[in-house]
Parts: sequence; C-alpha cells; structure tokens
Amino acid sequence: MSTVLTDKRPTTLRGASLPKWSPWVIAAGSVAVAVGIGLGAGLDSRIQWGLIAAILYVLGTYAIASMVEGKRQAKDRIATSLVWVAFLLAVVPLASLVWATVERGVKVLDVYFLTHSMGVVGDREPGGGIYHAIIGTLEQVGLATLIAAPIGVLTAIYLVEYGRGNLARAVTFFVDVMTGIPSIVAGLFILSIMLIFEMQPFGFAGSLALAILMMPVVVRSTEEMLKLVPNELREASLALGVPKWRTILKIVLPTAIGGITTGIMLAIARIAGETAPVLLLVFGNPFINNNPFEGAQASLPLYIYQQYSQSAGAEPAYDRAWAASLTLIAFVMILNLLARGIARWKAPKTGR
Amino acid sequence: MDITTQKNTATPPPAPQPTEAERKRAARGATRPGDRIFLGLSRGSGILLLAIMAAIAGFLTYRAVLAISKDEGNFLTTFEWNTGTQPPVFGIAVLAYGTVISSIIAMVIAVPISVAIALFLTHYAPRRLSGPIAYVIDLLAAVPSIVYGLWGALILVPQMEGLFGWLDDYFGWTGIFDWQGGPARSMLTVGILLAIMILPIITNVSREVFRQVPQMHEEAALALGATRWEVIRMAVLPFGRSGVISASMLGLGRALGETMAVATVLSPDFLIHASLLDPGGGTFAQNIASKFGEADTFGRDALIASGLVLFVITLLVNGAARMIIARRKEYSGANA
Repeated sequence: MSTVLTDKRPTTLRGASLPKWSPWVIAAGSVAVAVGIGLGAGLDSRIQWGLIAAILYVLGTYAIASMVEGKRQAKDRIATSLVWVAFLLAVVPLASLVWATVERGVKVLDVYFLTHSMGVVGDREPGGGIYHAIIGTLEQVGLATLIAAPIGVLTAIYLVEYGRGNLARAVTFFVDVMTGIPSIVAGLFILSIMLIFEMQPFGFAGSLALAILMMPVVVRSTEEMLKLVPNELREASLALGVPKWRTILKIVLPTAIGGITTGIMLAIARIAGETAPVLLLVFGNPFINNNPFEGAQASLPLYIYQQYSQSAGAEPAYDRAWAASLTLIAFVMILNLLARGIARWKAPKTGR
Repeated sequence: MDITTQKNTATPPPAPQPTEAERKRAARGATRPGDRIFLGLSRGSGILLLAIMAAIAGFLTYRAVLAISKDEGNFLTTFEWNTGTQPPVFGIAVLAYGTVISSIIAMVIAVPISVAIALFLTHYAPRRLSGPIAYVIDLLAAVPSIVYGLWGALILVPQMEGLFGWLDDYFGWTGIFDWQGGPARSMLTVGILLAIMILPIITNVSREVFRQVPQMHEEAALALGATRWEVIRMAVLPFGRSGVISASMLGLGRALGETMAVATVLSPDFLIHASLLDPGGGTFAQNIASKFGEADTFGRDALIASGLVLFVITLLVNGAARMIIARRKEYSGANA
C-alpha cells in the first residue's frame, strides 16, 4: 500500500533518491568486502563472514543514503535493511539445519535401517536401525491422540456451545496456561504418580504425558473452528426441533470437521517430537517391544538423544542419530502438509 | 472465513456469536436425556482439564515435600546436587541462575529479530513472498526440539568457536566474555540456540498484532509525509506494544522449559560461572533430563522438586502473558 502511494506522488516534489537497484549493489559490495576481509584476516567461520557483510551493508546503506537523500530517508533505509538482515539471519539456521539433517541423514537411511531394531548392536558399532523406535512413537502418539482428541474436542464444544460463567472462564484461562507447560513438567507429573505406585517405565505412561501436552492445543484449534460455524446453521436446526446435542453432532461438527482434523494433526506433529517426557517415562529400549502397556519402549526422539548422548562421539551413532532425525522431520512435515492440505480441501465445504 | 462473507450477502445482519441470552435459552432447553448426557460429557471434559492442572500442582508438591524435608542443604541456595549421598545435599541456586541467564540471552537475541521479521512480513516483504515466508517460519516451529539439540551440538557448537575467540579477544576484559578455550558448550551457545527455537512463536504472535493496526493510522501517517520507518515507529509499534510484550513472554515460557536442546549442547557442572563463554552451569529442565538416568527414587523426588519450581515459574510467566493478551481479545494469533 505504501509503495503505491509513494509511486503516485508527482516526481517533481521528491527529493533526490537512490535508484531502485542501489540496495542490491550495496549488498553485493559489502559481501565482496566481507569475503575480502575474511580471507585477508584468515577468519575460518562463515558465520563471521556473514556478520561482517551484514554490518557493512547496514553502515554502507546509511552512509550513502544520508549523503544523497537526507537523514530521515537514511533512517528509513537503515530500518529496511535491518529488517531484511533480521529475516535473512533467521533463514540461515533453518537452512543449515535442513541441509545438515538431509546431508548426514541419507548416509545410513535405507530400508534395512527402517526395518531393523538396534538389538544387540553396540552403541559405537555401525548397523542397527529404528524399527523399534518407529513402533514406539506410533503407539505412544496414537494412544495419546485417542485420549487427548476426544477430551480436547469435547472441551472446545463446551466452551463454544455451552460455556458461560466462571467455569468457562476458568477453563479458557487454564487451557491457555496449560499450553505453556514445559514438556518435562508433564513428564514429572506422571512420574510422580508412577513413583507412588512404584511402577516401572512403560509406553502408555509416556502417552499420558503426551496427551496432557496435546489437549490444550486441540482445545484451542477446535474452539477457533467451531466459532467459525455460522450461527444461522445452528438456529435453522434448532428451529426444526432438532435437540441441541444432535444439532452439535450432525450440523456443527460436520461443518467444522476439516479444521478440527487439521488442528488435531498439527497437535500430533507437535507431540511426536517430544523427547523429555518419553525419556522420563518410557526410558528407551534397544529391542522391539510391541506392547505399550508393559516394559520400556523406544521412540524416535528418544532414540536420537540416546544415540547422541551414549555414544561418546562414535561416528556410526551420529549417523544413526541424523538418519533418525531425518525420519522424524519427514514424519512431522508430512503431517503438517497433510493437515494444511485437508484444511484447504475441506474449507469450501463449510460454506454449504 | 468465506462462509461468513457468503452468509453476509444472503442475510444482512449476521450474529457471529450466540448472544448471552440465546445461550441461556438454549441451555435452559437442555432437558432431553441426550442433551443432559452431552452437556455432562463436554462440561466433564472441561472440568477434567482443570482437575489435571490441579493434580499436576498437587502431585509435584507432594513428592517435592518428601525430598526437600530430607535435604541437608538449603534448597534455594546450595551449589550442589548430591542426592545419593548420606545425608543428601542439593539446591537449585545454580539451576535457577542458568535458567534465567540462558533465557535472558535468548530473549535479548530473539525479541528484536522476531519483531523485525514480523514487521518484514506485514510491512516490507513483497506480497507474493510474505505468504510462503510465513509458512517457512511455521515450519521452523514444527522442527522437534531434539533435532535442534542435535544440530546445536554437532553443527552450531563448532561454528561458535570463532565468535567466542573474537569476543574473548575484544571483550574478554569485561569478564562476561572471558574464554578459557575448550568447546563452546556454554550458556551463550545455549542462549543462541534457544533464541532460534523461540523465534517462530514470537514472530507469529507479533505478526498477528501488527496486522490488527488500523489501516487509517498508517495512512494518516503516510499522508503527513512520514517515511515507512516513521509510520512503523509512530503507528504500528505503539499499537502493538502490549501484544509484543505478551508474545515475548510466551517465548520466554518456552525458553525456560526447553529441555533437550539444552541437555545436548550444554556441558554442565554445579558452579556459577561469571563468564558466559565458559562451559558449565545448568538449567532446571536440563538437570532433570541428564540426572534422571542414575537417580534412585529419592533422587527422582529431588528432581521433581526442581521441576515444581520450573512449573511455578512458567505458570507465572504464561499466566501474565495471557492476562495481557486477554485485555485485548482481538489478538487471535495468541493461540499459536
């Protein structure tokens, strides 16, 4: 909007201004100088090169702009370049992370890796796989979803369709606060119960902690979706004499089902990467354990942590950790994309 | 969203939300058995959520009291964590310091950058780009924390050594940036990693707030001849201040409770180091994760006691953030 306005201003009233390509030239110049400084001073770290380039760019822009355009425009340009630099700064770690995970992850990631457990493979030896961890993650996350999704959706229905007064306000507030509970605290909560009954670690305990983390997320997203359902639909149904509970089940929920599914899948993607509660409650197990209700299990995030922490720098273990990371990221990203796909695919139907 | 617009054209005055009176009438009508059961179920779920929160506080306190009553040291000021010894001596001083310091570093780095990215998305980026970029920021939030931890420990730590050497050369005299050499597994690296991890949530919430800035304010400023930066300083930032504060506090809550990224990157000990570059120190969550393996039942109770402190801190921070948001209900992005 602002660009449109500035463009329409008559050019005669404008002061001197830098040509449109000037930021690119300054950027290229500062990168070149930074590379020169980096090579000349013998700096190894590319991060330093980038930082030097960024500082040069900001200073250069300010100097040139204040010479040509004046102080206020120079400030505006410096703000623009700072904002761009901040954005690029944020992209660098993401790019590095994705690149490292893919590059190192593909080394050992193959069918064998996906279909075998660690079994008797030593921490520092090559070989082994993540089959047991995948089983563990799927079972724990699946059970957590079975618990958290109905409770979350029902709570959201209560808040939107019935909720009023102090109870609804309290639930809303504590759902918000619950979103911020550190995952390790949820783990400690289940642990404290297990200590009272002197139980050994097992998969379902992890599911309970994950469910606690998942519930508030489901409540929030479902609430937003239910609020989007037009009130006329409810009124039309009630006017036909349909009981309220059937109105909710047959009219409100089907209308919002796309958004609710999306919310639940995003919540699943979020808890699938949780390590801390699984570490406390499920403990990890190099063998395949298909029973989530008895005995220690593995899980993907926990597997990554244990490969990293128990191997004392052994290369094969790091390779396995990266490959497991790649699998986990792929799983989470696919869930994310599917969820967004469903949201987009289901969205027009809500208008019916 | 397009539902409402469609409906708007069909029936002019739409009521997006049932009014208080309508809700009351509807609730009074709940006399059929099906209605009663359904209301009971959904209200029960809400009450269950409250009960879980209460149970978390209750059970953690119960186990924590068991541990603290046998603690021979002062729980708040002892620089030790020896739960296996007779008598046990442990305290949270180092953990509290480490948690606060690492979170402060993360906030100092993440808040300005996140606000800048939010401004970038709402005011600077080309229209075509801002959608995909927002999506990339969302993906940044979806990456599991353990992957950040692995990346931090194996990629970021070696990269930090150059920066550490530079800081030591030029700012070593301050004491804060004094570096003895050795791997960069210190509070500063942890803070930087945490900053990367909390960027997305602060960015998302701030972006929502900046979107709500009345168009009129911005156009008025532009009409007075303000540059884009002056528009932001005079119209956007004042409007968004409370939203940015609460966004930052949500990010702070994340940073305080982050476990795996700290546990993989930090090389812990039980001393308070003046220098941010020296490895050592610890945080609540990191200490729980790394001490848990060898802890017996009493040791676990002690860890639960430290977890209770973390729970209370995050509860206060998040509660405060939500209160600020609740005062301006329209910030729907607050659920991020």
